[in-house]
Amino acid sequence: MSGIPHDHYEPKTGGEKWLHSRLPILGLVYDTLMIPTPKNLNWWWIWGIVLAFCLVLQIVTGIVLVMHYTPHVDYAFASIEHIMRDVNGGYMLRYLHMNGASLFFFAVYIHIFRGLYYGSYKAPREVTWIIGMVIYLLMMATGFLGYVLPWGQMSFWGATVITGLFGAIPFVGETLQTWLLGGPAVDNYTLNRFFSLHYLLPFVIAALVAVHIWAFHTTGNNNPTGVEVRRTSKEDAKKDTLPFWPYFVIKDLFALVVVLAVFWAIVGFMPNYLGHPDNYIEANPLSTPAHIVPEWYFLPFYAILRAFTSDVWVVMIASWVTGGIIDAKFFGVLAMFGAIAVMFFTPWLDTSRVRSGAYRPMFKWWFWLLAIDFVVLMWCGAQPAEPPYSIISLIGAAYWFAYFLVILPILGVIEKPAELPDTIEADFNAHYGKSDATPAE
Amino acid sequence: MNRTADHPVPPPATERRDFLYYATASTGAVAVGAAVWPLIDSMNPSADVTASGTIRVDLAGVEPGQRITVKWRGRPVFVWRRSVAAIEAARAVELDDLVDTVDSARENPNLNGDTPARDENRTADAAGEWLIVIGVCTHLGCIPLGQDGSAVGEFGGWFCPCHGSHYDTSGRIRKGPAPRNLDIPPYDLGDDLQLVIGT
Amino acid sequence: MNMFKKLAISAVAALALVPAASFAAVEGGHVEDIAFSYEGPFGTFDQNQLQRGLKVYTEVCSACHGLQYVSFRSLAEEGGVGFTEDQVRVYASGFEVYDDELEDFRPAIPSDHFPANTSVGAPDLSLMAKARAGFHGPYGTGLSQLFNGMGGGEYIYSLLTGYTGEEMEQAGTFLYENTAFPSGYISMGPPLSDEQVEFDDGHANDVHNMAEDVAAFLMWTAEPKMMARQHFGFLGVFFLTIFAVLLYLTNKKLWAPIKGKKTAL
Repeated sequence: MSGIPHDHYEPKTGGEKWLHSRLPILGLVYDTLMIPTPKNLNWWWIWGIVLAFCLVLQIVTGIVLVMHYTPHVDYAFASIEHIMRDVNGGYMLRYLHMNGASLFFFAVYIHIFRGLYYGSYKAPREVTWIIGMVIYLLMMATGFLGYVLPWGQMSFWGATVITGLFGAIPFVGETLQTWLLGGPAVDNYTLNRFFSLHYLLPFVIAALVAVHIWAFHTTGNNNPTGVEVRRTSKEDAKKDTLPFWPYFVIKDLFALVVVLAVFWAIVGFMPNYLGHPDNYIEANPLSTPAHIVPEWYFLPFYAILRAFTSDVWVVMIASWVTGGIIDAKFFGVLAMFGAIAVMFFTPWLDTSRVRSGAYRPMFKWWFWLLAIDFVVLMWCGAQPAEPPYSIISLIGAAYWFAYFLVILPILGVIEKPAELPDTIEADFNAHYGKSDATPAE
Repeated sequence: MNRTADHPVPPPATERRDFLYYATASTGAVAVGAAVWPLIDSMNPSADVTASGTIRVDLAGVEPGQRITVKWRGRPVFVWRRSVAAIEAARAVELDDLVDTVDSARENPNLNGDTPARDENRTADAAGEWLIVIGVCTHLGCIPLGQDGSAVGEFGGWFCPCHGSHYDTSGRIRKGPAPRNLDIPPYDLGDDLQLVIGT
Repeated sequence: MNMFKKLAISAVAALALVPAASFAAVEGGHVEDIAFSYEGPFGTFDQNQLQRGLKVYTEVCSACHGLQYVSFRSLAEEGGVGFTEDQVRVYASGFEVYDDELEDFRPAIPSDHFPANTSVGAPDLSLMAKARAGFHGPYGTGLSQLFNGMGGGEYIYSLLTGYTGEEMEQAGTFLYENTAFPSGYISMGPPLSDEQVEFDDGHANDVHNMAEDVAAFLMWTAEPKMMARQHFGFLGVFFLTIFAVLLYLTNKKLWAPIKGKKTAL
């Protein structure tokens, strides 16, 4: 395996040698834990651990919740109340799982934006980035499927509306939507398959997380300077890095516990703050709530979906060119999925030879505008689809695409980057002063 | 763990540093324990299950000689209004003839402690008309036959078809692999024949 | 300090990122803010108030509305109404429930649930206090709910006290004007009138007091484990804070020699 040169696991005792020649699992654990990590990582690098924790939290609480949940339209809502009222500690498990999804998405958004700012997607880390985007897509699918299970009004109508997106696809849409639902409308058959998939996907995510980690353990972590670790020799590499254990494990754990304290306060004192009251009303296929909104973590893309109405000129042109095949509804769906799809291509859209945004004076401004754009879109997604929100959504959506498709390619050509530090060591010493001490045990 | 060969051993570790590391590690251990316990506890019976542990049955309509079965905590409870012959047969048995001569408080919660497995101690009333036992074979948990009057076994009580255990008219094991007499549930039977099983 | 600044930024970002669905929901009628005893991280249900609310529910609301997710036995649970087992038994026997095994109605026992609603169009009240949000906005930021709570109890109170006395007939049914109801007119007639329910403790029984009591009671039926949840919430935050301090010190010590500053020890 290529990677940063470092000391590998050496079996010492007879037992270790016996095992190592048959299954080198201790070596795998050792190399994973002792991986050389750039010593200048800042606090934006802690969200990976938070995400790993979230995945474990959701799987563990989910497995226990399943023991008390009944995936049937007649019992699903009541079984959630059974969990909330009768199961030992069930109310905590359910609120942890419910708010755990929000923490998961909160963390993944910061993680993604960190990658966008520091250019973590750039060569040679394209594969890490793309696997990460696939994980994000699967998270969205899992979150959506899970939201249907309590079988409240928002569960039911959210499922109806989101599967309706697939119905917008020309020619095959209706067939596809019926196939997804298992029938003409959301019903018991839908609930059963959503339950099955909601249980399955987290394990797919877990496998992809392993591949994600494998990939960046091969290329090495990116870092705030974007300057690579010196690989000329083990000694040089050691000047730029520290082993993951204990330095980054303890640092990440500290950050995780701080995040969890805030999370725990939300679960304990305001567990329904991020939810929608309508989901405490049992699903009623005959009555639609006045205002259907998805969970907060889908709102930016929901805003993009709604932004493209038939009076927008790009929609008119698309409709005219395709002879009406691409109507406003389908255009909105394309825009929503396109907004995620462009992120997949970021490694090739960014033409700058400098990796880290910290050394790109123009890029910085555009990047923070994108972050603000994301929050504004999120806000618009929760508002009614009427002026001024529709026009703000449209501007926000336009900037989202412009950032990836126009600004990133052009900036790399016209921007004059700041001077990079020679090495990670130099950057670290500039911040913290040179030390002649060596890593403590 | 990150021992580098060309390095002197770090200066004598101070006790304060060690204390801090131990304190952090043990707090982490407490955190893991506190996180695991609720997950385990959630698999214990929930409040609605333990609440339905009490059932009420009206026995006023049960004829002499009739046996009825009621479900309590997911298991059958055999209620038998025994005939005079069955009572006499049960009370004539000497303790020496029994396999299991003592009922503990766990096997018969209506008693205060270990009690000889005499029929007088196992019936609900002094006359011995009412016998109430949990209908689960003490061997491996099958449901013995005999409630419908057929297949009552060699001793007139119940017969477990799984591995051939025979129970007498007091629900005591007399022959076969079962180790213990049929258990008796906690119950309350007043003169008005309103049976309450479970507490 | 830089680290704290960044964590603080993250925390603020967390709150800013919270345009949860509900904030955008159609902003309803006028909802009055009530200082319920259960509000806030250290709030507790007022047991006497819950018992009064239960009485209002029993004598007034239960004529039409059910509480199908609430069990009678839960009236004896800690942190709630606080009945004794005997009180629960007596109270439950006042209700008739349908027994599938008997194929007939029989008096309820503690392990039964309250009956479901008996009147067409009358929603079940078990979760009503969580199924309505009294507070919204401003401007979709969610700040109102952050500081005032979700406002489910307030909504119920405001609805019960929001009748103006005006009514109108529409398609053969009477609608009553109500300042709290989102559309302004509600099909339920004013359910409460002054001195309608006599409280055992002689507590004031005008419409406002009864509305407040029954709103608190319905918050309990919606969230019977609230006291326990807040207790664990406090314990958890307390423990995690201590753990965070220990990890901060450990981390600082661990990195001290790396960062070129002489460690104090």
